[in-house]
Amino acid sequence: MLNVKNLTVAYDDTPVFSDVAVNFNVGKITGIIGPNGAGKSTLIKAILNLIKVRKGTVDYDGQSIEKIRKRIAYVEQRKDLDLTFPINVFDLVVTGTYGQLGLFKNPGKKEKQVSYDALKKVSLEEFANRQIGNLSGGQLQRVFIARAIVQEAEIIILDEPFVGIDLQSETAIMKILKQWRDEGKTIIVIHHDLNKVTKYFDDLVILNHGIVDFGPTREVYNSTNIESAFSADLSSVLFQEKEGVQ
Amino acid sequence: MTSVMEFINALGKYDFLQSALLTAIMVGIMSGIVGSFIILRGMSLMGDAISHAVLPGVAVAYMFGFNILIGASLFGILAAILIGFVASRSKIKTDTSIGVVFSAFYALGFILISMAESSTNLHHILFGNILAVSDNDIMTTAIVLGVVILFVVVFYKELLVTSFDETYARTYGLKVQIIHYALMLVLTLVTVSALQTVGIILVVAMLITPAATAFLWTDKLSWMLILSAILGVISSTVGLYFSYTFNWASGPAIVIVAAMLFAISFIFSPKQSFFKLKRSVVQ
Repeated sequence: MLNVKNLTVAYDDTPVFSDVAVNFNVGKITGIIGPNGAGKSTLIKAILNLIKVRKGTVDYDGQSIEKIRKRIAYVEQRKDLDLTFPINVFDLVVTGTYGQLGLFKNPGKKEKQVSYDALKKVSLEEFANRQIGNLSGGQLQRVFIARAIVQEAEIIILDEPFVGIDLQSETAIMKILKQWRDEGKTIIVIHHDLNKVTKYFDDLVILNHGIVDFGPTREVYNSTNIESAFSADLSSVLFQEKEGVQ
Repeated sequence: MTSVMEFINALGKYDFLQSALLTAIMVGIMSGIVGSFIILRGMSLMGDAISHAVLPGVAVAYMFGFNILIGASLFGILAAILIGFVASRSKIKTDTSIGVVFSAFYALGFILISMAESSTNLHHILFGNILAVSDNDIMTTAIVLGVVILFVVVFYKELLVTSFDETYARTYGLKVQIIHYALMLVLTLVTVSALQTVGIILVVAMLITPAATAFLWTDKLSWMLILSAILGVISSTVGLYFSYTFNWASGPAIVIVAAMLFAISFIFSPKQSFFKLKRSVVQ
C-alpha cells in the first residue's frame, strides 16, 4: 500500500494543500478527481518527490520513494513534452528500459524485443519508426503506456491520460490498466471527466486543496462530496437524474 | 576556382595552415555534437552565457601561466552553478539570471585581461586567431575532442532521456543535475577549444547553428549528432578557406558559412516545410 501522511506543499508560502493523508491500495485503480487547480498534479509530484515538500512522508510498504523509484512508472501530461524532439516511437519506448539498465549499459537485443512487444500490445508496431510529433494524441498516449509496460513497474501513475484522445485509444488504455490491476499493481489516475468515474475507478480520491474524501468509489462518489469539491450545480446535474430514477 | 587551388597548394606548403585546418575540423566536430544537446535542451542562451563566462578564467590562466582549460572550466562551472543558484533561490527567471551572471563574468574577464596587459591577446580571444595555432593547442584540442566523444558515447542514453523528458528521468532515479553539470563542464572545454577558431563572441554560433541546421534534416538524434558534426566541419573548413583567401578574421568567416548552410536548409529541408510540404498526421 502506498501511504501518504501529513503531506504539505506550498509555493511561496501559499499552501497548495496541508496535511494530506491518503492511501492507495494494491490491486486497485484509484482515480484522483477535483476541480482545476485543486492540486491533483501537485499531489502526484509531491508523492514522487519531484517537488519540494514542506512536511509529510510517503512510503510504499514501509519503504521510501527514493528506494523504490525503479518500481514506479509515471506518465506525465503530454503537454509538458517537446514533440519536435528527434526521437521516434520505438526509441521512446526503449527509454522505458533505462531505469533497469542503469548507467554504462545500453539497451541490447532483449530490451529491444521487450519494447517491440510492448508497442505491439498497444497496436502501434507499424508506427515504430515515426517521429513522435507525427502521431495523434491517442496514439502518443498509447506510446507512453507502452513505455510504462516496458518499465515493469508495480506502481503506475498517470496524469490526465484521457485528455484529448480518441475513444478507441481510451478503451485500449483502460483495458491495459485493468490488466495491470488484475496482476496486482497499484494504479493511480488523475482524471477530469466525472462521467466515467464509476466505470473506471475502484477507489477514488476527491481533492480540493486537501482531501475531501477517499475510499471505494461507490462509497465516496456522492452528491455531498462532489458538492464540496466542485459545486452544488455540478453535483445536482450529476446526481439528480440518478436519484430521480431511484 | 584558382583561389581554391591556391588554398590547397598553400595547405601543402604551410604548416600553420595545416594546423589551422586540423584544429578547425576538430572544433567543428565537437561543437556540432555538444551543440545538438544544447539546442535540444532549450539552452542556447545558457550556451552563449557559459561561453562568455569563461573569459575571466582565460585571463587568470594567462596571468599565472597555468593551463587555460583549467581556468576556463573553473569559471564556466562557477557561472553555471551561480545561474542555477540565483534562479532557484529567488523569483528571478532563469534567462534573467543568465543575463546577470554572464555579463558580470564577461566584464570581470575584460578587466582581468587589461590588467594582464596583453591587448593583442584580447583581440584573438574575442575573435579567434586560427592561423596562430601551436602544436600544444592542437594536442589540447585533440584531447578535448576525445573527452567530448567519450562523454557522449558513454552517457548517450542519459543525455537523450534528460534532454527529451527530464521528469521521466528523475522518476526512475537518474541524477539529472549531475548530467546537467557534466554537460556544462564539457561545454566549457569545447568553448576553450573554439576560442582559437571563432573566438569567445562567436562560440555560440558554432554550437547552435550547425546543430539547428542538422535538426531541420533529421528525426533521429544519432543522425542529428553526426550531421551536426559534419556541418561543423564544412563550416570550419570553408570558413578557413575564406579567411585565408580574403584575409577575413577566421571567426566571422566560419560563422557566416554556418549561417549560409542554415539558410539553405531552412528553405529546402522537408521538415521545415518552407514550401508547405506539410506531412499529414495519420489518425
